Amino acid sequence: MSDRLSVFKTYKLYVGGKFPRSESGRVYEVTDSKDNWLANAPLSSRKDARDAVVAARKAFGGWSGTTAYNRGQVLYRVAEMLEGRREQFTREVADAEGLSKSKAAAVVDATVDRWVWYAGWTDKIAQVTGGANPVAGPYFNLSSPEPTGVVAVVAPQESSFLGLVSVVAPVIATGNTAVVIASEKAPLPALSLGEVLATSDVPGGVVNVLSGRTAELAAPLAAHQDVNAIDLAGADEALAKELEMAAADNLKRVLRPQPVDYFETPGIDRMTAFLETKTVWHPTGSLGAGGSSY
Amino acid sequence: MAFEYAPAPESRAIVDIAPSYGLFIDGEFVESSGGELNKTVSPATEEVLAEYTQATAEDVDRAVKAARKAFEKWSALPGSERAKYLFRIARIIQERSRELAVLETLDNGKPIKETRDADLPLVAAHFFYYAGWADKLDHAGFGANPRPLGVAGQVIPWNFPLLMLAWKIAPALATGNTVVLKPAETTPLSALFFADICRQAGLPKGVVNIVTGDGRTGAALVAHPDVNKVAFTGSTAVGKEIARTVAGTAKKLTLELGGKGANIVFDDAPLDQAVEGIVNGIFFNQGQVCCAGSRLLVQESVQEELLDALKRRLSTLRLGDPLDKNTDIGAINSAEQLARITALAERGEAEGAERWSPACELPASGYWFAPTLFTNVTQAHTIAREEIFGPVLSVLTFRTPDEAVAKANNTQYGLSAGIWSEKGSRILAVANKLRAGVVWSNTFNKFDPTSPFGGYKESGFGREGGRHGLEAYLDV
Repeated sequence: MSDRLSVFKTYKLYVGGKFPRSESGRVYEVTDSKDNWLANAPLSSRKDARDAVVAARKAFGGWSGTTAYNRGQVLYRVAEMLEGRREQFTREVADAEGLSKSKAAAVVDATVDRWVWYAGWTDKIAQVTGGANPVAGPYFNLSSPEPTGVVAVVAPQESSFLGLVSVVAPVIATGNTAVVIASEKAPLPALSLGEVLATSDVPGGVVNVLSGRTAELAAPLAAHQDVNAIDLAGADEALAKELEMAAADNLKRVLRPQPVDYFETPGIDRMTAFLETKTVWHPTGSLGAGGSSY
Repeated sequence: MAFEYAPAPESRAIVDIAPSYGLFIDGEFVESSGGELNKTVSPATEEVLAEYTQATAEDVDRAVKAARKAFEKWSALPGSERAKYLFRIARIIQERSRELAVLETLDNGKPIKETRDADLPLVAAHFFYYAGWADKLDHAGFGANPRPLGVAGQVIPWNFPLLMLAWKIAPALATGNTVVLKPAETTPLSALFFADICRQAGLPKGVVNIVTGDGRTGAALVAHPDVNKVAFTGSTAVGKEIARTVAGTAKKLTLELGGKGANIVFDDAPLDQAVEGIVNGIFFNQGQVCCAGSRLLVQESVQEELLDALKRRLSTLRLGDPLDKNTDIGAINSAEQLARITALAERGEAEGAERWSPACELPASGYWFAPTLFTNVTQAHTIAREEIFGPVLSVLTFRTPDEAVAKANNTQYGLSAGIWSEKGSRILAVANKLRAGVVWSNTFNKFDPTSPFGGYKESGFGREGGRHGLEAYLDV
């Protein structure tokens, strides 16, 4: 044991590719499962939430416009960066969730693998959920999935890292951008994930991470007119109902909370929940003497 | 100059409308627990066609109970047996399509040409398509053995009464759900005739229940605690109300709501075809179509030529008796809708847009609105933002493809869009950037049971039609 005094990390938000403190200047004390002080995390405000939406909207055009192959490469790069920080995340997850070192390590391994799993989905989901429709007429008719836009994600409260990644990765794999509310009690793995994203090739604003009071942050996001969808994974029953009602105001797509075993390999429903289907009709006509005709 | 045609009316003798209708619950027509009757009129003449029952909350409860009871056996039937019931229904609709087309035209006011050539063939096709899915759900891409949800509460609009019924009932039944359906208050008749088709098909009682009435009936159905699935097609305002009602419940929800579709004409478009597509886009079904091309975005360089051609074409449209086979434009569905269209058109004038209609004589009785075109429209104008749901086209212009896309997407809606251009790469690039669920390139208002339909943004969520349409009725 060295008696060197360690250097603490100031945990900050991750918004628009930058690491701001909360504009409110507020922090709250984050402790481990035994109530030992871990850090002062930013206590984000409604204004922080709105700023994050602006950043996510700004990033949407570019991120949704990249090729699916490129998005897969970028997500895979995130997994590479996570792999290199396994020890750090193991410590943070152990502290956050009161797990033994070996159990926390298993969580982190599963989390890295989850990123890899979703990285591989980016250029396959369109083939699974889209395709040509055999309409009864001279038309080429094609349905393709498209990202719905800016998705607010209320991250799971208990599973601070594996759960977090299991709800964030599917949102961005398909080209959406995200505003994520970290677990209220255990926000540090999420804030550290921001650092990983910043050093990967994920463009700023694609994922924005807020820490603070879930209810305080989720309310303005659920009511926000420039948010297209909301994942209520980390909302309790009463809050989920309140948020779903607010979300109706601009008809956000809502993914209700449901029991999930995050160690299980997911299905594709967390991706399809935030995909639109666009169907385009093209006349095929017939080839006459003059070429194509309608 | 319009051609003169001799009248060619379809005979209404083929339809036998009863003077009064009860509710179709548990396989038979029953009386309501309340005594309230409503009248349904022919929008073209204001003649009363029949009286029908205003279902009470108690009636709705009875219907849901019947559907719940029927669910057990219906969902347990082999898919191949459910399929055969649906194939029977499809065939009976084909057999009775002339009768149903006349009925629909009488109750809705739309031209017989449309009910005969669009509504009814699509209704039969939709049942035929979903019939085939019933025993193939394991292969639909939702995992093995997907399960039905239970009782579906379905509320449909008046613009395509029987077609919207088909869109709702066919996938629900194919997947093993049972339904309680509420048709629109101004167009209940084809749904009540559908009850008779269920009888002819030998459909087990309680699998389909029809409750008629106004918004109160719909609200009771949507809020019923034993309904597992809510499907609604109608206005965005009501859709939001329904979304609030089901918040915090386990009810699965799909909404197909309003639109303000952009029909974009580029300078390299085949203009004659574009004119036909514009006319079809906004005057089909008197513009009472959620995916209508109600905003024409025309490239400045061809604006004059296109508008001249469009006005010439509009002058040849024949408005009048919906039962006449030559009629292009029928009646507006109700006095209420006519008032709304009238008010929005007046608003358009008041805000400074320029109004134009062809010379067009309107019948003395019934609800009529002449085809109307507004030029000098800006994006801020009410008529460029709000859904009019009538035969009113707002014309805006653009200079570059980017500007066209920006203007097309500048709406809270996202249901449909059209692109007119001879350049393939431009079509694909623009289609890619439009935030709309259905994009028609060099065509408009095409529908097919295999083709998923539904909106982005405030046009609702979920898809109807195709493999995608199954998801709304499965526990996936």
